[in-house]
Amino acid sequence: MTGHKQMKDMSISIEEIKKPENRIYGKPSLLTDNVMHYCPGCSHGTVHKLVAEVIEEMGIQDKTVGICPVGCSVFAYNYIDIDWQEAAHGRAPALATATKRLCPDKYVFTYQGDGDLASIGTAEIIHACGRGENIVVIFINNGIYGMTGGQMAPTTLIGMKTSTTPYGRDPKLNGFPLVIADMIAHLDGTAYITRQSVHTAPAARKAKNAIRKAFEYSQKGIGLSFVEIVSTCNSGWKLTPVDANKWMVENMFKKYPIGDIKDILK
Amino acid sequence: MAFKGAIEVDTQKCKGCSVCIANCPTGSIKLSDMVNSKGYHYAEMTGEGCIGCSNCAVVCPDSVITVYRVKI
Repeated sequence: MTGHKQMKDMSISIEEIKKPENRIYGKPSLLTDNVMHYCPGCSHGTVHKLVAEVIEEMGIQDKTVGICPVGCSVFAYNYIDIDWQEAAHGRAPALATATKRLCPDKYVFTYQGDGDLASIGTAEIIHACGRGENIVVIFINNGIYGMTGGQMAPTTLIGMKTSTTPYGRDPKLNGFPLVIADMIAHLDGTAYITRQSVHTAPAARKAKNAIRKAFEYSQKGIGLSFVEIVSTCNSGWKLTPVDANKWMVENMFKKYPIGDIKDILK
Repeated sequence: MAFKGAIEVDTQKCKGCSVCIANCPTGSIKLSDMVNSKGYHYAEMTGEGCIGCSNCAVVCPDSVITVYRVKI
């Protein structure tokens, strides 16, 4: 490239760049145009986008059934244009079991938060793992009940302040956090267990690959795939979105380290 | 080979969470002085430094960023 041409190209204007043929990334078409009800900076929106991208790239829009939880993501069916069912609180794995057994050719996934999955739904998730159901579980772990006002969840860290533990979680009074992904890794019915986060672009890309792998494993008939996303709840944590991401890296990752926990095909 | 990029923000949907700003390697995004109809200071591109890496759009929780890129 000659110096003259380089000079000419460097002067390309922003309007010239913003042409349809130069578009490289944007909102996936599976995401609806509804404005998400989540707080600014909430990880739920990013994970919704990753799920939509995976379903779009795999071309399985007509073959995917999502199970909504109770919690902040209760309205997930408003945002991704696939078939959904709404489960009672914590019962998403049970509903997913029925859906997958009745329609074995469908890709079935649940989308649950930590209040839903780790507290009221502990029995359902553990027994779904024990039975080795061929479903995908996407688990958003932010260590707090977001929707109801930031109360302590089973996954809340020791010393973490919530509206029901205003002086920090005290193990003598409140017990210790549950590390669900490590617990279910001991069960023979699970095929793939991983823990990811979406606070940076590389982390989000890895999380997307993990979600895609989980969807692929669910059609192999080898057991349950579990993708935990360590997330933030900046409203519940009383931090700005950027500070919440930093707090998550400094504190949450110590208890919930990122990486694959189990992969039976490796 | 170098790239030059640009982003387009759906200003009415942007909630001004600033996660894109923290993830921009070239410091090419800032919050606008203006607000949208919900009262949020929305994100906007600033300067000529954008390289079209898509990091901002990947981490955007509300998927309001569209990225364009050309080789130069």
